[in-house]
Amino acid sequence: MERLFFYFFGIMMVIFAVMAVSSRNMMRTIIYLLFVMLGMAGIYFLLHFNFLAAVQLSVYAGGVIVLYINSVMLINRIGSPMERPKLWKQLLTGMLSVLGLGAALFAVYQYPFKQANTVVETTTAQLGKQLLSYGEHGFILPFELISMFLLAALVGAIAIAKSGKTVKK
Amino acid sequence: MIEGVTLYEILTLTSIIFFVGVYGFVTRKNLLAMLVSVELMLNAMALNFVAINKYLYPEVLDGAVFSIFIIAVAAAETALALAIIINLYRLIRSVKVKDLETMKY
Repeated sequence: MERLFFYFFGIMMVIFAVMAVSSRNMMRTIIYLLFVMLGMAGIYFLLHFNFLAAVQLSVYAGGVIVLYINSVMLINRIGSPMERPKLWKQLLTGMLSVLGLGAALFAVYQYPFKQANTVVETTTAQLGKQLLSYGEHGFILPFELISMFLLAALVGAIAIAKSGKTVKK
Repeated sequence: MIEGVTLYEILTLTSIIFFVGVYGFVTRKNLLAMLVSVELMLNAMALNFVAINKYLYPEVLDGAVFSIFIIAVAAAETALALAIIINLYRLIRSVKVKDLETMKY
């Protein structure tokens, strides 16, 4: 049953990812990206990381996609399609990507992973405790750093967005 | 771990999505579409961290914490990049890569 769900999400994600990078309508690209994010959240649910799945849904499907849609509406005339890349460029890049994929998969299948066959349930409380502990396997310093980083990014975005210079052409 | 699914299958899926993202990043000429491809790559790698954590070391949670950090950094990156792109559009009325010369020198 879970295998079935995994394959459903996997095939859905691959199809929508390919459509997202090949569609010529910007709005449709964003909506296909949304479906890839939803499939990703489904796989987090299957891995029993409910908190990560919720974060994925709320940050990506909720926040980032809305940001993208807003900026597409601001800068792109929605009806006009993007120009198609040249055929030789498409073929060359596709070939190189398949080559890279082959190399990566070769490396993955060569390596004998020692799978731990114990099923350990993880709760959100454990995750929070690990995030805030300062002992072994504690992440308090990166956690504080990331909050400063987010603040800096917010201030930076405001500073970039409000500089009202326009070039006369 | 997912019942009946090996780690190899999950890594195959994330590798495919990553290289689809690479393909899109190289072929697209629009800044926004390139950013969408970067999102695809980042998401695939975040899933990698979580899957390897769950399959190989299920008693610690380091991979999941790393994945949370990746999501936070990616959200900040998207917000900043979109701010820059909108500002560039106000300056040069275009989001095509070949029109961007103002930051070159």
